[in-house]
Amino acid sequence: MFQKDTIAAIATGSVNAGIGIIRISGTEAIAVADRIFRAKKQGKTVEQLPGYSALFGNVCDGDCVLDEAVCLVMRAPNSYTTEDVVELQCHGGRIMLQRILDLVLRSGARPAEPGEFTKRAFLGGRIDAAQAESVMDMIYARNELAARSSAAQLRGTLSLRIRELREMILEHVAYIESALDDPENYSLEGYGDVLRPQIEETLVQVDRLLATAEEGKLIREGIRTVILGKPNAGKSSLLNQLLGEERAIVTEIAGTTRDTLEEDVQIQGIPLRIIDTAGIRDTVDTVEKIGVDKAKNSVTDADLVLYVVDGARPLDMDDTRIMELLEGRRVITVINKIDVEQTVDKMWIMEQIKAPVVELSARTGEGMEELRKCLTDMFFHGTLSMNDEVYITNLRHKQALQEAADSLRQVLTGLEQQMPEDFLTIDLMAAYEQFGYILGETLNDDLANEIFSKFCMGK
Amino acid sequence: MPQIEETYDVVVVGAGHAGCEAALAAARMGLETILFTVSMDSVAMMPCNPNVGGSSKGHLVREIDALGGEMGKNIDKTYIQSKMLNESKGPAVHSLRAQADKAEYSRAMRMTLEQTDHLTLRQAEVSELLAEGKQITGVRTCSGGTYHAGAVILCTGVYLKARCIFGEVSYPTGPNGLRAANHLTDSLVQLGIPVRRFKTGTPARIDKRSIDFSKMTEQKGDARVVPFSFTNTEEDIKREQVSCWLTYTNETTHAVIRENISRSPLFSGAIEGTGPRYCPSIEDKVMKFPEKDRHQVFIEPEGEYTNEMYVGGMSSSLPEDVQYAMYRSVPGLEHAKIVRNAYAIEYDCIDATRLKPSLEFREYDGLFAGGQINGSSGYEEAAAQGFMAGVNAARKLQGKEPLILDRSQAYIGVLIDDLVTKETFEPYRMMTSRAEYRLLLRQDNADLRLTDIGYEIGLIEEERYQNFCRKRTAIENEIKRLESVVTGANKQMQEFLEQAGSTPLKTAATLAELIRRPELDYEKLAAIDPERQPLPADVVEQININLKYEGYIKRQQQQVEHFKKLEKRLIPAEIDYDDVSNLRKEARQKLKAVRPASVGQASRISGVSPADISVLLIYLGK
Repeated sequence: MFQKDTIAAIATGSVNAGIGIIRISGTEAIAVADRIFRAKKQGKTVEQLPGYSALFGNVCDGDCVLDEAVCLVMRAPNSYTTEDVVELQCHGGRIMLQRILDLVLRSGARPAEPGEFTKRAFLGGRIDAAQAESVMDMIYARNELAARSSAAQLRGTLSLRIRELREMILEHVAYIESALDDPENYSLEGYGDVLRPQIEETLVQVDRLLATAEEGKLIREGIRTVILGKPNAGKSSLLNQLLGEERAIVTEIAGTTRDTLEEDVQIQGIPLRIIDTAGIRDTVDTVEKIGVDKAKNSVTDADLVLYVVDGARPLDMDDTRIMELLEGRRVITVINKIDVEQTVDKMWIMEQIKAPVVELSARTGEGMEELRKCLTDMFFHGTLSMNDEVYITNLRHKQALQEAADSLRQVLTGLEQQMPEDFLTIDLMAAYEQFGYILGETLNDDLANEIFSKFCMGK
Repeated sequence: MPQIEETYDVVVVGAGHAGCEAALAAARMGLETILFTVSMDSVAMMPCNPNVGGSSKGHLVREIDALGGEMGKNIDKTYIQSKMLNESKGPAVHSLRAQADKAEYSRAMRMTLEQTDHLTLRQAEVSELLAEGKQITGVRTCSGGTYHAGAVILCTGVYLKARCIFGEVSYPTGPNGLRAANHLTDSLVQLGIPVRRFKTGTPARIDKRSIDFSKMTEQKGDARVVPFSFTNTEEDIKREQVSCWLTYTNETTHAVIRENISRSPLFSGAIEGTGPRYCPSIEDKVMKFPEKDRHQVFIEPEGEYTNEMYVGGMSSSLPEDVQYAMYRSVPGLEHAKIVRNAYAIEYDCIDATRLKPSLEFREYDGLFAGGQINGSSGYEEAAAQGFMAGVNAARKLQGKEPLILDRSQAYIGVLIDDLVTKETFEPYRMMTSRAEYRLLLRQDNADLRLTDIGYEIGLIEEERYQNFCRKRTAIENEIKRLESVVTGANKQMQEFLEQAGSTPLKTAATLAELIRRPELDYEKLAAIDPERQPLPADVVEQININLKYEGYIKRQQQQVEHFKKLEKRLIPAEIDYDDVSNLRKEARQKLKAVRPASVGQASRISGVSPADISVLLIYLGK
């Protein structure tokens, strides 16, 4: 049951940071805060504070001072959850935050369920479904671009776009229906010619949003980039080069297989998940077979393959085998070791693999800039800009958009077949409803629970 | 002093279009029923326009007929012109409208009432509702008579504290100078049922001999007449038809109105009631649409044995002298003699959100309401509600579940759901656009949608039902046959298609596939379909529509599936909305006021947002 009880959680991430925030929300939030917070200024209580003001003081468990804190009050309905909210901004230590949270929970709050703060914001009518989902996406965002996209959605960029399309459709439906009920004052004469270009334009916009779905996925998960090459081609050096200066924002995830390493890295804001297949490195037949299979599998899932060629050695059977794997993939050919004498037939490679070629030295770093430029061009040139663009990063949104596009195509078919206008409203309304799903304005039995079950704690 | 005291099962208050249907339904379902009217001479009176049906209202009439009501049969008996409207548009908006001979319509309905078993007619003004606690027990009349009953159905129309107004003149009467019902409002208020004030209006009636029809466009009836009632065929009701006439207002008309608008009771404040936006007076139209240089005016006969002509489109509450100047500015009406003035009428009605979808008051067991008292306008809307109230009063006394039609079943369902869910601030008029699933709710398939229900509630007799079942089987069998008969791309076939203006076949096709082509239909395929048996026109119509629009019908059916999900999520009657935390204040108030039966109904209350519905779903789910 959805209670009006008061919930609390640590709102900041799990990494030790300078400040940690404990958020309390609900009708008892202020009372709970007053039980544990002593203002430095004698006699001041949280209860006395107006919304959006703060007190400085100590968090105390009885007589024992746990931490210094700033206590920030937001009063209903002007808060994230639309309820009374208190945020205790403490010193960051994880263990200390946990102790303070325990204290808060002993003083009248209960632990927030995953996503419960945002659930309350949604149910309080402060944000719509699309915005709620983008909060979740933002929390899970693995990289800067995904976070930006989610932030744009949270601000309602996607909602705004969809709402515009939806209103446009509603206007047409309303006009057609007015004409059905009041033919004296509203004529449908030639209305198809008014409707058609607008539906076509809407369809273009929906298709454009849908086209971002694939890039949206890349943004969220990172571009799966597989480095392939025969032994000693310089794969490891290239990986280190790519990781090198970006080290600070790299997180390391151990691969599921013993000899595959996955690393997340950003090249100028573009997220890459680099998979180093150490597979093709042994000449013993059985092992090599396993290695090639592994490499093959990695390549199948890859969004991009960096094929590293040893520029100082002629091509051999290993290269031929690798080139077979590259069939139909997005590839950048990297000719390595330009700092030593080149023996490889560059022209032949370019004929064999229809892909950009970058020459570099993974040892000295020469040519790395060119590789970065090649990467950014390949994925974003002309299709994605870095600013406030709306990306579809959510499967539910994608499905709804696809359904809407199907319905809009039905409208065009109906126009083509010169169906009476009242038929067109059936498909127009279907598209309208699908857009409504994205905004949470078309009712769906399970929507609320579905969205919030995925939320993490504290937001 | 000794007083009359009688006992019935059902009391119906008012014998207008709602009251007649209510009384007939209850009596035919076997309940002893008494029908009160302030005047036996005004039973089923048509105090405004002289027609039945029209856009979406025609649908209501056919639905009433399919369920076993009377309106369709009565207009078939008494029509003097019939027209299928919107034939150039899709089948969903085809709508039947018939001009009635008003006096005959009233007389024929009264005769039906008089010949119905278990039905008593009584001329008396009901002044008081009798209740024991929350149970309605009967009514009392002005003359002191007491009539006990298990159920009372209020069908008071526009009579409660009625007042007729034009210009500076105001009479405390009902329509046509009939006596108003001045006491019942007080009784309602005493029971804790608040009333509000609505307004409607009617145009002048003009002497036919004073009209120059040569300046107007003649509007004839259809050559092929479609009966309203599914029990009639064209041959059964074919007759000579009369004409209506079309003319227009002009700048002079509009100038007259603008110059005298300060004398309108609406502007002076003499009228407090809210009028219907969708049936505006001519002064409303002129003031609200200053850019329009003319408005349509229909001159319609009031009957065959009268010279009175109805001036459709020009209802008004302007003073008598202004009415003269205004009507006489219209081409053809230069020398018009007014027989009856145009006037506005104000009356008390209830907020229908106090009713359950069965049209029974939530607060009082056995008290029902139907028609204009519920804030609707129109004869057809009234009849539909009266019928449903009559059926549900009878079913209640029989210990049965109420009959509730949903929005995907009938316009009647849309009408009642709107009335009991959305607070209306003006008289509610049925409109095509209010029905979301109108492709499924066509006037041509009302029998296929509703006859089973009419039969089940006992208002469709056995013979009619068997005829209906044969029709349904004929449609199904023929569609199956057409789906299975494959025709090859032979020479005879290609020649036929070429002649019919269609494209030749590339591969073999079924007859059904050919019918789906826009340029072909069932009738046109006769030449290449020697196996077919002769079928009645209404069966052929269903075959054509079902095959030609199959894709659209299927898509609409999917929408209905989705709609039904939330309709089936019932809200327990005893729910305490104060216990549902996180509802917004406005939503909580609205939900408490309407007390919706299902989550679907809740979602249609204005002021209840999707987020509120999510809150409600979560509350109900756990």
